[in-house]
Amino acid sequence: MPLLQVSNLHVSYGSIRALHGIDLEVEAGKIVTLIGANGAGKSTTLRAISGMIPSEQGAISFDGHSILGTPPHRLLEQGMAHVPEGRGIFGNLTVEDNLALGAYIRNDRDGIRNDHERVLELFPRLKERLKQSAGTLSGGEQQMLAIARGMMSRPRLLLLDEPSLGLAPQFVQTIFAIIREVNQQGTTILLIEQNAHMALQVAHQAYVLETGAIAMRGPASELAASDEVRKRYLGIA
Amino acid sequence: MGGFATVLLVIGINIVLAVSLTVVNGFTGQFSMGHGGFMAVGGYVAAMIVYYGSLRLWGSANFAGGFLSSASGDGAWLAGGDVLFVVACLAAGLAAAGAGYLVGLPSLRLKGDYLAIVTLGFGEIVRVVLQGTAPQIARSKADVVRETPVWKLATHLGGAQGFNLLPTYATLFWIYFAAVLTLIVVYRLKMSSSGRAFLSIREDEIASQAMGVNVTKYKVRAFVLSSFFAGVAGGLYAMYLGAINATDLGFQRSFEVIIMVVLGGMGSISGATLAAILLSILPEVLRAPPPVWPAGLALLVVMVIIQKVGISFGLTRGPADGIVLNIAISMRSLRRSWKFKPLVIVAGVTMALETARLVCLQQQIDIAQYRMVLYALMLIIMMIVRPEGLFGVREFWDYLPRRRAHSPSGPVAEASA
Repeated sequence: MPLLQVSNLHVSYGSIRALHGIDLEVEAGKIVTLIGANGAGKSTTLRAISGMIPSEQGAISFDGHSILGTPPHRLLEQGMAHVPEGRGIFGNLTVEDNLALGAYIRNDRDGIRNDHERVLELFPRLKERLKQSAGTLSGGEQQMLAIARGMMSRPRLLLLDEPSLGLAPQFVQTIFAIIREVNQQGTTILLIEQNAHMALQVAHQAYVLETGAIAMRGPASELAASDEVRKRYLGIA
Repeated sequence: MGGFATVLLVIGINIVLAVSLTVVNGFTGQFSMGHGGFMAVGGYVAAMIVYYGSLRLWGSANFAGGFLSSASGDGAWLAGGDVLFVVACLAAGLAAAGAGYLVGLPSLRLKGDYLAIVTLGFGEIVRVVLQGTAPQIARSKADVVRETPVWKLATHLGGAQGFNLLPTYATLFWIYFAAVLTLIVVYRLKMSSSGRAFLSIREDEIASQAMGVNVTKYKVRAFVLSSFFAGVAGGLYAMYLGAINATDLGFQRSFEVIIMVVLGGMGSISGATLAAILLSILPEVLRAPPPVWPAGLALLVVMVIIQKVGISFGLTRGPADGIVLNIAISMRSLRRSWKFKPLVIVAGVTMALETARLVCLQQQIDIAQYRMVLYALMLIIMMIVRPEGLFGVREFWDYLPRRRAHSPSGPVAEASA
């Protein structure tokens, strides 16, 4: 059974239909990516999954349980962490406090300490800046912090919303390397990206979203090779 | 009681108010304008309990306190009146907290300006309702009070005349007891993991939700806690003045507290405390401005000493050696290293104020007449010069060079240290 299963998901903003009938599966241990153009409904899908916006119709199950209508703070307890678009770091708090907030729902001191060290090993740059206000970090460092913070709840499934948005090319490489590393350490990842090229390189499975519906699905390597995707999302004729 | 002691009492009450409002406006970043209203709820509840309670219990509403409430030296530390007063203040806090819960509920959906309007409306409703209550039952009619059921007594709150002739129990001891208690509770809260959750709501509500913070619950909690202390402050206020009038606790009162919070820096407990002290003193000082230069000189000396010892304020960084010598050497070094900036600012401000004062004296201009204008002007200048408030979002000690683990840090920080 897949770790996350979404079927026939409908979401509207007022009278505007944003999603009509999304079907999606995320196998445990994999990186699954959802690519698509601006306004295709990628972030909406992610927000509906993590309970930040209500779904109109459809079913979402996580680890075999239905999670439709479950508030976000409950989902985190069940092991699903959402790293929101635009990073959403707490700018006036220190890097350390940001990480501590990531572990907000946990009570096991030793476990939190271990994860704190594990995360800092993965992001050595954050280690140098623990006492600094998070708002003074560079864009790339902020994204690292957002991912690190997401991992502090020790999630089984990490939802990443556009982690490469607004980053320098060199940082984009670093971030994707880290995503792969996080996955190899055992965290399942659902990745939303505009940078289809990079996303298809790291992902195992991929879905292409077009105006609120899934247009294509399959192994990432297959999609990366398909003429349709190459033309429309990779800019290669 | 002397003027100085009165100012101290006002400072204490304002500290309770400002620090408690910090929880809502500073920590969670909601904009509440109802603090005066919560204070009124608490004040009237406490006044009612103490006044009618005294009449019921002892047949008179005269002062019946012990040493802590009178400082007159005879009798016990605590007497029946004190106990009644403390119970009344707690009840005031609880009643205000209940009101805070009711007002906090709409804040689940509203933000910013909209929440401000709702809380402003709440404050005005409280004021108008209290002004419409029946006249107070006179002190001489203890038997009438005994016969009237409690729920009916709650409608005899004095109306437009206010609730008067209360026994005054709120001495320096009780007011500063409450102030210190408020400071401890709010400080402990800020440094706890719940405190971090509050701050995260201010920073980014969506991300805070993504961290697993139950945003709704925390917003209401902030309101309840904040209004509890506002209610206590209301009780202290009534029992310090010996009277309470809803007219004085309208939105203007709320604004005064908001100004303290903003001036201190959003979420800075030490900032709100300092602002409460300064803004309580300022209007009094402006009545008859004393010479400024002794204070200015003292401040300069302290700053030089602090720099010598190696402690720098937030405005300057780097080692400070031989200040006096450096000043003597040349203006060149002054321009090169701006570690003198605060010194120059203090000296300049002192001279400017002193000049202005002397000019006013010489021209026989009565500064006291313009004191509220000056007060407002100082606020405007302060906001232009330092819009983030005295200490920004930090605490006073965060500006000291060797930072101890004082930032809100929990198990993680302790563990990694």
